[in-house]
Amino acid sequence: MNIDWFFILEKIVLISGVLVISLVVAMYSTWGERKVASIIQDRIGPNRAGFMGLLQPLADGGKLFFKEEIIPGNSNRFLFILGPSLAMIVACMTSAVIPWGDTLTIAGHTVSLQIADINIGILYIFGVVSLGVYGIMLGGWASNNKYSLLASVRAASQIISYELAMGLSLIALLMMTGSLSIKEIVEQQRHGGWNVLYQPLGFLIFLVCSFAECNRTPFDLSEAESELNGGYHLEYSSMKLGFYLFAEYINMFISSALMSSLYFGGYSFPYMDSLGLAPNLVTILGTAALFIKIICFLFFFMWVRWTIPRFRYDQLMRLGWNIMIPLALANMLITGAIVLYRSTH
Amino acid sequence: MQALTSRARQVDRRPMTFIEKIYLWNIIKGMIITFKHIWKRKETVRYPEQKRPFSPVFRGLHILNRDAEGRENCTACGLCAVACPAEAITMEAAERKPGEEHLYREEKYAARYEINMLRCIFCGFCEEACPKDAIYLTETFAPANYKREGFIYGKQDLLIPAPGEKKKA
Repeated sequence: MNIDWFFILEKIVLISGVLVISLVVAMYSTWGERKVASIIQDRIGPNRAGFMGLLQPLADGGKLFFKEEIIPGNSNRFLFILGPSLAMIVACMTSAVIPWGDTLTIAGHTVSLQIADINIGILYIFGVVSLGVYGIMLGGWASNNKYSLLASVRAASQIISYELAMGLSLIALLMMTGSLSIKEIVEQQRHGGWNVLYQPLGFLIFLVCSFAECNRTPFDLSEAESELNGGYHLEYSSMKLGFYLFAEYINMFISSALMSSLYFGGYSFPYMDSLGLAPNLVTILGTAALFIKIICFLFFFMWVRWTIPRFRYDQLMRLGWNIMIPLALANMLITGAIVLYRSTH
Repeated sequence: MQALTSRARQVDRRPMTFIEKIYLWNIIKGMIITFKHIWKRKETVRYPEQKRPFSPVFRGLHILNRDAEGRENCTACGLCAVACPAEAITMEAAERKPGEEHLYREEKYAARYEINMLRCIFCGFCEEACPKDAIYLTETFAPANYKREGFIYGKQDLLIPAPGEKKKA
């Protein structure tokens, strides 16, 4: 049997790299969140720990690790610990199918900067993201606290309703591209134009739904920290609470990466094939372009959070079921009609 | 009905127009407003490094004054304690012995002089009542303490250092 050691090594390096990068980006998103909040509110923000407060995430993490760990007496201990672990695992798993760049050529080997180019990439992401609801439900259920349970039911129903509209808006995109592989969608945008130009309504629906999926303001009813004293993670303390909060930032990072890949050309940038640079250099520039897009999206997430007030729960549900889903269906129908017309003429 | 302020405005109860109903345009307007705040002046005062100046009439912690020769001004007349609306000042008078002329300006002095900073409301009436210019309010405020007893300031806390003497920390 011939084992391709280079392949295994390549994948291990890639997996650890992506994991580390998504953790670091999530860490510094907390810093960015606080800085953006302070700038929008005419403050300075964290500036004590290190230059411009850059060590603040480390201090926060260290604090969470050393906090007292409280597990409620009547809770189900196994499920109580499983909840935040599941939220964290699921948040980290989604990064597997996102193409972080084109191919690099190292010592004659072609290395694709994507952990797994599976042909059902988008389905995989939807499957894994839906698992994230279990983290929330388990956390709320295992706390043995009726307010946690109510909050987790609220969060779960919100995520499930917005997942529908999100899926429908993606179907329109899939009808255009004809592929479920994210890599192929990005490659099509590299040669054609960015999908956001052909699917503006679909992108808008996807954007709003991803705010709801990430439990971000204006849809952060599962937490509503300013009025509810915590939601499903009410009984959590120490790093288990940290995992829940951290998973939210990783989810934000992943959905930014997903939106950049699906609608904004992923790792491709304008004129990337006509620059006449070495292919490896173009790949690295492409990865940098992807990260710039991701950072723009992250800033957008934070910008919206400090601008728009929270929806009331009935308004949230009405927006989801009465507006987003019909709009997504209409978008799907129009796209379908145009695709059909194009293919017959 | 007479409005209470000149800034009162009638609430607009007209039904929302289509643009208002789709909500998107108003979101964009709000986002532009928050984005403009990036260039606004930051209001933060970086406290330990930067201090906001007090107003000239600020009334803070008390001191007991000495005259030019370093003798205590206070004669324990008790007018400050009478004037004090919060009853924060306690004192005990004593007679000056021969040979203590360099310590106390007049024949009577305060052997014990205490101000309870938790009772004090920093009104400054003691300063106004004092006929001997002995008590003044400064521009500092009482630092935090672990115990209530720590807020009862005695003579050693209140007296300004005599010339040539270092104040104990």
